[in-house]
Amino acid sequence: MNSSLKRFVKGNLTLRGIALFYIGLLIILPVIAITTEAFKGGIPNLWKQITLPQALFSLKFTFIIALIMLVINIITGTATAWVLVRYDFPLKKTINALIDIPFAIPTVVTGMMLVVLCGPRSLIGEFFGKHGIEIIYNKPGIILALIFVTFPFVVRSVQPVLIEMERDMEEAAQTLGASKFKVFFHIVLPTILPSILTGAALSFSRALGEFGSIVIVAGNIPMKTQVASVYIYGEIESANIQSGLGTAVVLLLSSFIVLIFLNFIQRWSNKYGK
Amino acid sequence: MSGIMVKNITKKFGDFIAVNNVSFDVKEGELAALLGPSGSGKSTLLRIIAGLENPDMGQIFLTGKDVTPLRTQKRNVGFVFQHYALFKHMTVEKNIAFGLEIQKKDKKEIKQKVEELIDLVKLNGYNKHYPSQLSGGQRQRVALARALATEPKVLLLDEPFGSLDAKVRKNLAQWIRDLHNRVNVTSVFVTHDQNEAIEISDKIIVINRGKVEQIGNATDVYEHPKSKFVASFVGNVNVINANIKKNHIVITGTKEKIQFKEKTEINFQNIVLLIRPEDIIVKDNSTEDTVPCIINGIYYRGSFYEVDLKVGTNNVKSLVPKEDFFKFEWRKGTKVYIRFRKFKIFEASEGHKKVHEMLKQLGYIE
Repeated sequence: MNSSLKRFVKGNLTLRGIALFYIGLLIILPVIAITTEAFKGGIPNLWKQITLPQALFSLKFTFIIALIMLVINIITGTATAWVLVRYDFPLKKTINALIDIPFAIPTVVTGMMLVVLCGPRSLIGEFFGKHGIEIIYNKPGIILALIFVTFPFVVRSVQPVLIEMERDMEEAAQTLGASKFKVFFHIVLPTILPSILTGAALSFSRALGEFGSIVIVAGNIPMKTQVASVYIYGEIESANIQSGLGTAVVLLLSSFIVLIFLNFIQRWSNKYGK
Repeated sequence: MSGIMVKNITKKFGDFIAVNNVSFDVKEGELAALLGPSGSGKSTLLRIIAGLENPDMGQIFLTGKDVTPLRTQKRNVGFVFQHYALFKHMTVEKNIAFGLEIQKKDKKEIKQKVEELIDLVKLNGYNKHYPSQLSGGQRQRVALARALATEPKVLLLDEPFGSLDAKVRKNLAQWIRDLHNRVNVTSVFVTHDQNEAIEISDKIIVINRGKVEQIGNATDVYEHPKSKFVASFVGNVNVINANIKKNHIVITGTKEKIQFKEKTEINFQNIVLLIRPEDIIVKDNSTEDTVPCIINGIYYRGSFYEVDLKVGTNNVKSLVPKEDFFKFEWRKGTKVYIRFRKFKIFEASEGHKKVHEMLKQLGYIE
């Protein structure tokens, strides 16, 4: 018997037992359920489901859209955190509080807001429509919805690191001849990079599974604007659980990869310590 | 003139005048101390020299050039920060190489220079360590090596020993003095510790409330303080209330007359005497110019004894050599006589309270 097991047996069994049972019931059981169900027909069968043209398109589409969102979010999120920490301006506290709004608003409402704001009959929608750009019911709308929904992740993970970061490190770089630009790239960026990546990973995994806002703004045309989560929903609606399972497993696997990635970042940034 | 010249520098933060029309110069190759209590403006002054703060008025000359309009990165000054400010995500050698890499120096040249500096600061074998894996003293040495890498003509150190423990501090101070002598550089360091300033600097600039109180070498500042502030801040000092009567001094609460031979004319009655503990001679018997007093407390300090005395209404501290102690078997309550080797007279009304408050803050009196 190894030591951790010994300790487990010796200690208060009830509390730990309940905790383990609860976590098992809540998290592990559903994951096991969907995985066994997906693999029941064998791997070739699962692969067939994943590579169905519609399923495959929805997966590719989801990843591409999420990656575009990611690039935009990393830049705007980092810049927002920077401005909020380093500059003073009127209403700063209010604006800081507003950052969290996307987390608080139901995503369906987010979708509706975007339709009202940028839909074909709105001022903005009409303007872009004249120039041949369709926002809502097309890719820009989906990206817009994803940016909105995941915006706080990068800002909120970078902000505390920037606050804590000692200014004298930047000043030291300046005295050594570094311009403001070089100070940012050699000193600030490496310091906040782990937190940028953490925020990015969280927003990426959130974007992969986003449903509520997208189902409203996307138009959901198969092979054109249908994301993976909406595809799964459609298959279930038409009592086609088997063909939705393949896509679901891919999404699940992606989330696990993001989790491992987050763990890796944590270790990497701990290396420097305080 | 090469070296550093500070000319009429004034810096305000809102209504607060941090630096008030300060001028001084440090000759090439000198090691100067900016000495003052916290909040005196000494760190701000150092940051202005480096270009990290912009002065509201005045000019800074480095090696003869007016650098006032230049940004920090163009001034080529080495700066050692109080909390080291090492780049946490870089190894020791990367930290040291940073300035050279910014200058886009040849890789081979950088490698050689870094090795040289690591050798100079005695951190051989620590090349690949991260700052978090080093002790305080080691970090300080990395900070120094990093600042010296670009061969600056001017080295500025902000409380360089402030966050180190006493023993490391003492060694490092002496080591910095030696290093300064070896490297061709003009240095200024900020400190609130008079011992550090006296120990290692060629020149001491005493700053109080944003103004220069006195500039001179250690002996000048310690033996011939120009103001009450300097006398009390630099070194330990007793503050004794007294009166002037005709041509002698009478300490408050006593009757004995003390002659004084100072040439300066004194035209006030209530005075304070500032006397360093080592300038109070404790004797067993009364002679000319002695004042009787009672021993209040005796503290063993290794090579000497520190004796608290009550003179009239004043409490004073004195340093007594061991031999005297064993000869006379003094103990608490013994009546002894003291004589002053030398003292400084300042007018009592002028800020006497302030001196007292400050001494209290510094822990010299209770």
